[in-house]
Amino acid sequence: MLKKILYSLTTVLLLVSIYLVFFYAPIPINPATAGGDPANFKIFYFHLPIAISAYLAFAIVFISSIMYLKTKEQKWDIRALSAAEVGVIFAFLTLASGSIWARSAWGAYWVTWDVRLNTSLVLFLIYISYLMVRQAVEEPEKRARLSAVFGIVGFLGVPLSFMSIRLWNKTTVHPIAELNYNTFSPLLTTLIINFAAFFLLLASLITLRIGIELLKEKGNELKRKQNI
Amino acid sequence: MKFLHIAWKDLKAEFRTKQMLNSMMIFAFLVIVIFSFAFGNEASIYVSVIDKKIVDLLAPGMLWIAFTFAGMLGLSRSFAGEKEDGCLEGLKLCPVDRSDIYNGKVISNAVLMFLMEITTIPVFVVLFSYEIKNIPGLLLVVLLGTLGFIFVGTLLSALTVNTRTREILLPVILFPVLLPVILSAVTATGVMLAAGSISEIAGELQILAIYDVIFFIVAQLVFEYTIED
Repeated sequence: MLKKILYSLTTVLLLVSIYLVFFYAPIPINPATAGGDPANFKIFYFHLPIAISAYLAFAIVFISSIMYLKTKEQKWDIRALSAAEVGVIFAFLTLASGSIWARSAWGAYWVTWDVRLNTSLVLFLIYISYLMVRQAVEEPEKRARLSAVFGIVGFLGVPLSFMSIRLWNKTTVHPIAELNYNTFSPLLTTLIINFAAFFLLLASLITLRIGIELLKEKGNELKRKQNI
Repeated sequence: MKFLHIAWKDLKAEFRTKQMLNSMMIFAFLVIVIFSFAFGNEASIYVSVIDKKIVDLLAPGMLWIAFTFAGMLGLSRSFAGEKEDGCLEGLKLCPVDRSDIYNGKVISNAVLMFLMEITTIPVFVVLFSYEIKNIPGLLLVVLLGTLGFIFVGTLLSALTVNTRTREILLPVILFPVLLPVILSAVTATGVMLAAGSISEIAGELQILAIYDVIFFIVAQLVFEYTIED
């Protein structure tokens, strides 16, 4: 029941957020300073919530990994796996939406030396490796243990990567949102609703993924019973 | 200090055959040779726009590619060797903390890697007729960078030894985590090679030191889970 509410709320909010972005929200930048078509800057309403959701997903992986090593309960492993898989998709979407926009605004899909771009790329690579670790181990208990170790090590690498990339080249061409937080401008309203929509989407996808994993386990158990 | 015994055992076994050390040194040598073929005489061309020779731009990257690739060879064998004849079980039966096994392995891996590095730098100097301007500074950067590489590498080597595709998996999962080390070490090495002073690379040294400390502590905490059965 609770899941159904979550899924329907996600759907409604996503539809509302798409409507708001296309028909209500202003262009989130002064058109005079924008490169390319200023209307393209509206992708920001999707890009920022997706990026923050990816970070959130990886924080869940980190916490679940610690909890797994502490309690050795399988539910934490399932949570870590689900959050990592969904997080990788969100991280990829961050890179993709950013690149599509960058082509219009900067004239290039990728700027090699930008701090934020490279940090997102490293984040994506670390969690691809996390999934690689999972794939390489057969036994469930060992897989949970080893991937939990990597989940901790990988997450700690992210802030250090950010610091080292920033030191390597301080300049960023990445725009920084300047919001007036005191007033409920259309910009802020749209952004908040988008944040809510994507956080709920993240929660729904992780819940669904956990459900799949639990069903898989049930299936395996039934198979084992059949054999005996 | 029990971890010294484990390090001593590893080094003793290694210096009986010198298998690993020789492969690492020759591999690093070959990497430098391939670079010298690839860049040829053009490397010594002077580019007035940047006020540098081409080799000045390439040198730090070349050195660290040689170091990390050759170091990876040593790391992947570090625990794989223990898998044979149940050596890992023997190690685990030792009356020491699990983290002592890690510390011992760190020391033996670091010694092998330093030996490989101090033979690779002269080869590089000769093949590119290069002059290193700030040798103590370079050694400091190499020391901190190598320690970071070894701290994370030894932990992940223990992690991958229990997986199906261990030799392939280790580099794949190690490099993304290692990015802060490689990036800072390469930039800092570049400054040191070009006669910069230590104060110019204070930021890089800080990051390397923070990285070393954080991952050394984390490894002490989580290492036991990688080899537990």
